[in-house]
Amino acid sequence: MSTKGASTMPKTEYTIEPGKQEIVSTVVLDAPRELVFKAYTDPTLFAQWWGPRRYKVNIQKFDSKPGGEWLVDHVGDDGSRHGFRGVNHDVVAPERICQTFEYLGVPGHVALQTATFEPLGNKTRIVAQIVFQSVMDRDGMVASGMSEGADESMERLAELLERMKAGK
Amino acid sequence: MSSDQLSVTFAALADPTRRAILARLAQGEASVTELAKPFDLSLPGVSKHLKVLQRAGLITQSRNAQWRPCRLEGSRLKEASEWVGEYRRFWDESFERLDAVLQEMIKEQKEKENVDKGSKHDA
Repeated sequence: MSTKGASTMPKTEYTIEPGKQEIVSTVVLDAPRELVFKAYTDPTLFAQWWGPRRYKVNIQKFDSKPGGEWLVDHVGDDGSRHGFRGVNHDVVAPERICQTFEYLGVPGHVALQTATFEPLGNKTRIVAQIVFQSVMDRDGMVASGMSEGADESMERLAELLERMKAGK
Repeated sequence: MSSDQLSVTFAALADPTRRAILARLAQGEASVTELAKPFDLSLPGVSKHLKVLQRAGLITQSRNAQWRPCRLEGSRLKEASEWVGEYRRFWDESFERLDAVLQEMIKEQKEKENVDKGSKHDA
């Protein structure tokens, strides 16, 4: 992968322990945490980064206060729509956001996610923890490539299968 | 695929031996005896794992041939992998974009500071 100038792609680490129902993602970004907090809580900024590039972010509700609701759609080029919603529980500038998270494609599986912003000089370490209601809920979100012990990810397996089907 | 089906699939995939069996079957069909060999499992032991994989729709066992080979069913695995790959892709890409947004914010902040300094200098 090529890099432009001094900037490099941030590397996110995922911690997924067997039998637990959480995922912890950690990344260090080159900006003070006040800005990171703002990018998380300002809907205009949030819409510019949350989710894969191939989706347009459509913000329906975004109340970044404790008790405030959020409802955000990802809209694909083909018109496909994925909705996510939750309620902010704790919003402490510039340190922490704790909220519920539900993917409306699989309603009823509500997770609790907490993003913590730790200052590292002019940089910020983001520790994003998401706790699911069950191990099964969590594993439904995790590629085997992310977890220990799985040397061949399901994804590569699936690709291999596709090639086998195609007779290559 | 419904979330209940997904749960059954993921429960089946949660075991490293079962994942290794799937990886073996990705290379071609195999008999129960052949599958038991590399994993140091008894035949009943491997049969138990195969039953779980079968119930999850991840493999099928042929009834025709005498050696009753097991075969991988790619479609269920593909559905599962598409679903599970999302989380990591989602956040890898989100944090990359967040980084770009933050750099833009820093740039704007610096420009604003420079303008402020400039106007003070003029005054």
